[in-house]
Amino acid sequence: MSNDITQNEALQEYLLRLADSDMILGQRLCELCGKAPALEEEMALMNVALDLVGQARNWYEYAAELLDDGRSADDLAFRRDAQYYRNALMVEQPNGDYAVTMARQFFFDAWHYFTLQALTKAPDERIASIAAKATKESQYHLRRSSEWVRRLGDGTEESHERMQAAVDDLWRFTGDMIEADEVERQMFEAGIGPDPEQLVADWKGLVNEVLTEATLTPPPEGAWMYRGAKEGHHTEHLGFILAEMQFLPRAYPDAKTW
Amino acid sequence: MQKPGKPEPRSLLVDQPVIASDRIPARDRTKPITEEELWTLLDEVKDPEVPAVSVVELGIVRRIAEEDGEWVVDVTPTYSGCPATEMIEQSIVEALQLAGVRNGRIRRVLTPAWTTDWITDTGREKLREFGIAPPQGSASKLSLTGMDETVICPICGSEDTQRVSEFGSTACKALYRCLDCHEPFDYFKCI
Repeated sequence: MSNDITQNEALQEYLLRLADSDMILGQRLCELCGKAPALEEEMALMNVALDLVGQARNWYEYAAELLDDGRSADDLAFRRDAQYYRNALMVEQPNGDYAVTMARQFFFDAWHYFTLQALTKAPDERIASIAAKATKESQYHLRRSSEWVRRLGDGTEESHERMQAAVDDLWRFTGDMIEADEVERQMFEAGIGPDPEQLVADWKGLVNEVLTEATLTPPPEGAWMYRGAKEGHHTEHLGFILAEMQFLPRAYPDAKTW
Repeated sequence: MQKPGKPEPRSLLVDQPVIASDRIPARDRTKPITEEELWTLLDEVKDPEVPAVSVVELGIVRRIAEEDGEWVVDVTPTYSGCPATEMIEQSIVEALQLAGVRNGRIRRVLTPAWTTDWITDTGREKLREFGIAPPQGSASKLSLTGMDETVICPICGSEDTQRVSEFGSTACKALYRCLDCHEPFDYFKCI
């Protein structure tokens, strides 16, 4: 990303990142429909997914208006390939076992909640209002996912081991999610996005607190991190998600809503 | 045989049609409709997912006002992804048209964000009668990572209840069970 992008371009890029992360995690969670470990968990996962897809739509609609290039919210979701997607690497990771599903959710929810909270104070009313709605949903998601991290971490020997393994495995995708690049710094300077340093501090504070309560060992500071999602470099998983998610609208572009 | 102390089983099916067109009150169409009449009218439009309560009682109709000769109804969705949003908007438009309001439209308002604090007292009572525990306490007092509300069983009134799942049959509900009467029930969660 070059350093001389305009604020409007930065805003469009930023909105797409928010939308894409919501959309991809929503899609990931939907894969568990019909095969979650328990009926109650399935309802919860699908409801979280529904919230995220709803939020994604709100962000896509605004991004489509600002882009003003003839593409609709649906076009942004269903007609962009992996290299144009800007979701965090975290959310495209496979569901794994339930420890992985919930650790991924917790890492994301913590980032999402603090980000949305900052966005509720944005001078742009549209952003503030979408975030005001989403922040309440995100708070609920965070309560649920942090409870699962505690329950599995501080559970049986096996659940502890699995949750620790999930935390250790997913940790390398956290840097890409929480650390700001030029676009996010520009959003902060424009008074829209969160203070990058504060966001990292809040996220680490909450994550360390919950991991400690869950009797889990937080991975060491300075651990190596995967990066690249903000420039469109994804892990191999995203292409498979998009292939499934985008098949119908691409194969039947004339299909209308029911 | 009915066990002692066990509440009578109740039908959760609603005998009232969900579609507003069957229920709107008749009015004198020679006079222009008033805002008050519109509030009464929309109080007949039910939430398709919780048909015990109206969209007015749920607090999702925020404002009805005439703007440049057009009736504008401000509607705020309960959840970002609530699949009932479009259907509710459609039902409201339909109710307006059937009451003879040709120049009505819906405006979707996201801020201030909907909160369960806006559910009216009548709405809460109807939820309880329907078998759904109404939201308890104020949305602003929830902690970030803990869940410690006491939810009262809508069937027997016991406080000895247990959360089964943070989410129920729809995004706005959580699933509980009563440890006294042993009945499962939905809780309209506080947000």
